[in-house]
Amino acid sequence: MPTAVEIPKEKWTGKVREVKLGATAAEGGTRQKVVTVGGESTLPFLTFEGSIPHPPAVALEVQDRYPADWSAVLRDFWGDALRDPAAWAKKAEESGADIIALKLLSAHPEGDNTDAAHAVATVKAVLGASGLPLIVYGPGQAEKDNEVLVAAAEAAKGERIALGNCEDKNYRTTVAAALAHGHLVVAKTPIDVNLSKQLNILITDMRLDAERILVDPTTGALGYGLEYTYSVMERLRLAALTGDSMTQQPMICTVGEEAWRAKESKVNTGVPAAWGDWSKRSGNWEAITASTLIQAGADIVVLRHPDSVKLVKKTIASLMAQ
Amino acid sequence: MALSGLEIYKLLPKTNCKECGQPTCLAFAMKLAQKQAELSNCPYVSEESKAKLAAASAPPIRLVTVGTGERKLEVGNETVLFRHEKTFFHPPGLFIRLKDTQPLSEFEATLEQIKSYVVERVGIKMQVSGVAIENASGDPATFAQYVAAARTKTDQPLLLMASNPAAMAAGLEKAADAAPLIYAATAENWKEMAALAAKSKAPLAVRADGDLSALAALTEQIKGAGVEDLIVDPGVRDTHGSLVALTQLRRLALRSNFRPLGYPIITFPGEQAESVGEETVRAAEHIAKYAGIIVLEHFDPAIIYPLLTLRQNIYTDPQKPIQVSPGLYEVNGPKPDSPLLVTTNFSLTYFSVAGEVEGSGKPTWLLIVDSEGMSVLTGWAAGKFDAAKIAKSVQQFNVPAKVGHKKIVIPGLVAGLSGELEEELPGWEIRVGPREAIDIPAYLKTWQ
Repeated sequence: MPTAVEIPKEKWTGKVREVKLGATAAEGGTRQKVVTVGGESTLPFLTFEGSIPHPPAVALEVQDRYPADWSAVLRDFWGDALRDPAAWAKKAEESGADIIALKLLSAHPEGDNTDAAHAVATVKAVLGASGLPLIVYGPGQAEKDNEVLVAAAEAAKGERIALGNCEDKNYRTTVAAALAHGHLVVAKTPIDVNLSKQLNILITDMRLDAERILVDPTTGALGYGLEYTYSVMERLRLAALTGDSMTQQPMICTVGEEAWRAKESKVNTGVPAAWGDWSKRSGNWEAITASTLIQAGADIVVLRHPDSVKLVKKTIASLMAQ
Repeated sequence: MALSGLEIYKLLPKTNCKECGQPTCLAFAMKLAQKQAELSNCPYVSEESKAKLAAASAPPIRLVTVGTGERKLEVGNETVLFRHEKTFFHPPGLFIRLKDTQPLSEFEATLEQIKSYVVERVGIKMQVSGVAIENASGDPATFAQYVAAARTKTDQPLLLMASNPAAMAAGLEKAADAAPLIYAATAENWKEMAALAAKSKAPLAVRADGDLSALAALTEQIKGAGVEDLIVDPGVRDTHGSLVALTQLRRLALRSNFRPLGYPIITFPGEQAESVGEETVRAAEHIAKYAGIIVLEHFDPAIIYPLLTLRQNIYTDPQKPIQVSPGLYEVNGPKPDSPLLVTTNFSLTYFSVAGEVEGSGKPTWLLIVDSEGMSVLTGWAAGKFDAAKIAKSVQQFNVPAKVGHKKIVIPGLVAGLSGELEEELPGWEIRVGPREAIDIPAYLKTWQ
């Protein structure tokens, strides 16, 4: 007796917007490569009922000051490149990253409190050292964010970079800078569907095209709130596919920052033997956080370790294979 | 699929005898639909109706038990595609595959490691679920010898892998009453395998490669032979193919209520993997997306621990974050002059903070506020961890009776609460501690 199986397929009515990062010489920039993300018309990789036109992209994090607080596993790997953002970005490109995520942390008032001119020099050096598209983050303190992001936006005019984080407290300045110089914004909200929608509405009300917004739903690492991020992302993506316009933005997750903050990745003294080899464990911490959030709909994952980049890129290639 | 009240009503006697305690059969039907009444309360319902109602109320994915005793594994009985819709109920079992071609001593040593592996996270002990033994030698006697060795070494659930029914029979003989999972019935051997499953009262895995119709036909034949505790293997091994197959199986069971495939799923993420990394990431995919049993090729704590952590994350009830009881906790035997730290009752927060305090060796009071299971920042944003709540906890748990000073350390993430807390706790000194638990030992060293 043949048992006919009819595969249930969803008829989605909406799709994720396509967002392009970076501009080539022909487009008014100097990037050797551009990256387009989004465009999905089904849940992650369910190509039997919709299309996934672009693979998720992998960014590597670069900072403009030596990351003394980083795990020794990371510092040993990168070596002296960590002392020079341009060298670091070059090495990141060689390590297979699709995007450079540059953090201007030295501008933090409780740190070196560097100024706009310093930010401009760093952005120019990184743009010169790598042909990849760029995301530039401020130090995370509203006033200094505004100062250095505006300067960075101007310095990178035409390059179609992304400015982050664009949050409730500083969105006006960030969006204005993106509008003035043709960039994108990373709209970050704390693990909540409605807050994410609301910020997107505020941003588009300022006339920034929705095709220039990436959303950061706030990342929880494996073991440290991953499930909250995972479910909010699934809900955002389901809302996008059912036609809720202000949820149809590609999603970016700051995986490396969170995964390497976990005790499991950061330290190896006084931890249980059942945690296993430190270097392998911390690599898995980052790769599993990334791959699980990619299953929930992440379009860009920002990582810290090149070995994770290799594994996550390999996973993405397998997920895109038909 | 659940029936509506009206559909149930059609199956009832419609006599309105009231013996069930409800005024009418329709009212009783409505209660049944809402699961507020039991069908057994109706003395007159026909056997035919009973069978129909039982079939309709059976879970769309069968609950299957592997193994016996304390370490038995239950999988299946899931009700949603996305965890936010309700929750995922039965975490997938992680098994490690061993072969009967390994030297016996090595086999036994690995068994011992797997059996004794335990890792604790947020107060919950996590372990490997069981061991898969593959008849790689092809020899029934060797297989029997290894199964016997495993039975004497471990009480964990076993998964017996052999395509030859004679070898499976030999293995099962050594695992009598242990309800191991038999892997696997295929189009070629299903009659013999089903007979073995029936005889040994063991669950049976059913495999048909790459064709869900063939898999459904096979489970129906086996069910017809009287074996119903089944686990399915769609036989797809690659990363994309397994995601698609597992999603389709889950949807068929839940959306289409398609009984022939309403069983837990077994996966082998390491088969056809080019590296251990690929196996690990694929296993993570199967944890998030719908596996019931995952068989790994490697036993390595650096892989197992992150995977068990992911399993715990994904299978946490979204409505009920894991919490600890609020109260004043003593760490390292504090005295009246020991430091007093305050934080939330979200279990991850509690265990991170308590772990660091304990590790520091410093006697400390830990005041745990009822933030309804929210973390420090989330609780603060939601008004569940604010100055009033902290002050209330100081009184509620009678802190002044045990702590001889009036200095309280709040988490660095909520430094902004200092002012309000000074008002709520007159005469207290509010100190701001570190933002991260990991920095607590250094902070405690300087505390005076």
